[in-house]
Amino acid sequence: MSETHGPAGTFILAQTSPVPEAPAPGTGTHSGVEIGVPPAEAHGSGFPPFDATTFPSQLIWLAITFVALYLLMSRIALPRIATILEERHDRIADDIEEAGKLKAESEAAAMAYEQALTGARGKATTIASETRDKLAGEAETSRKALEAELAAKLADAEAKIATTKTSAMANVRGIAVDAAGAIVNQLTGTEPAPQAVEAAVDKAIGN
Amino acid sequence: MAVEIDPIHQFQIHNIVDLGAPGGVHLGFTNSAAFMVGIVAAIFFFLTYATRGRTLVPGRLQSMAELSYEFVASTVRSTAGNEGMKFFPLVFSLFMFVLFANFVGMIPYSFTVTSHIVVTAALALVVIGTVIIYGFARHGTHFLHLFVPSGVPAFLLPFMVVIELISFLSRPISLSLRLFANMLAGHIAMKVFAGFIVMMTAGGVAGFFGAVLPLAMVVALTALEFLVAALQAYVFAVLTCIYLNDALHPGH
Repeated sequence: MSETHGPAGTFILAQTSPVPEAPAPGTGTHSGVEIGVPPAEAHGSGFPPFDATTFPSQLIWLAITFVALYLLMSRIALPRIATILEERHDRIADDIEEAGKLKAESEAAAMAYEQALTGARGKATTIASETRDKLAGEAETSRKALEAELAAKLADAEAKIATTKTSAMANVRGIAVDAAGAIVNQLTGTEPAPQAVEAAVDKAIGN
Repeated sequence: MAVEIDPIHQFQIHNIVDLGAPGGVHLGFTNSAAFMVGIVAAIFFFLTYATRGRTLVPGRLQSMAELSYEFVASTVRSTAGNEGMKFFPLVFSLFMFVLFANFVGMIPYSFTVTSHIVVTAALALVVIGTVIIYGFARHGTHFLHLFVPSGVPAFLLPFMVVIELISFLSRPISLSLRLFANMLAGHIAMKVFAGFIVMMTAGGVAGFFGAVLPLAMVVALTALEFLVAALQAYVFAVLTCIYLNDALHPGH
């Protein structure tokens, strides 16, 4: 397992080695002719992250690229995303507001409808009761008129009946007197005195 | 057959274009620089392409862009308050840069920008520099109250100030070392275990079957490294927010 110690050993060796005054990077030669780990010196510059000769290049390019990134982000990319998010936020807020407005409107409409319905119902009730009262009054007057008419007709009829009765009674007396005279004549063969017959008839009717 | 197993090789920096040495400082457009440019381009392309439609109902890509925005924004708000939103572009840039650098580093044969301490240190110094400059510009000498905890007995105060100073000065160090060490160690571990596979398969049939173990390890490590890549970007952003909060509200 000597190979397994190789990389770790290289790492430790490289870490502990001081930052060397090395030749330019990239000039290291890699033997790599056999399976194994090349010595740290193979790179010629020690451990790359601690190779100070590459620092100026890295710093300059980091500065250039990072400033560029910062400017691109702060000037273009982030405002763009912020605008999108803001627009969406506004749109949602607007929609919610609109929905609230519509809801209030529909509620107001529902309330107005309810009110109209109540008013109409009340009106209908009054109209119905008025009509009922009016009809009842009319019926009452016509009934009274009819009753009065009937009463008058009744009185007339009664009067007529009374006169008819008295005249009939008068006729009945005459007939009774005649009949009684005739009956007496038949039975006795004598003509009775009219005064006596009348008196006898009156006596009988009076009974 | 020349098999080279060198877990350090992936961190090598080499010039693509040598820019010479103006003023005695050797400069060049290196592979690291190429990846930095690529990362910035990728971030910008991702965010602008995803939001090209500016649709009210976002698609998948736009959701991702909005998610990254809102994630960082909520992190800034929750740690530094609404006032901290003036640093939002900075925190967002840092987060996206570290995140993309870490993820790009997971692509085989690619280079991990954040595995170099000079890069992470520079990013950490940007954070601490912002904290110090903004702190003094905003609060003047009141910013120094950051180092003077209130409600401490007078005889303890000198010690507390020293402790606070040390803790403040160690922030950029811990911030840069955490990211650097995580990326470096993870990539070395992956490379080492991947190397075992190569070595063992070269050792005959037994080794061929034995190589399953390091292969499983590499698979697990890859998953872990993706987690670490995202987590370290988040940690970097959160700590940035916490330090910026000190600049906004010094004094305990």
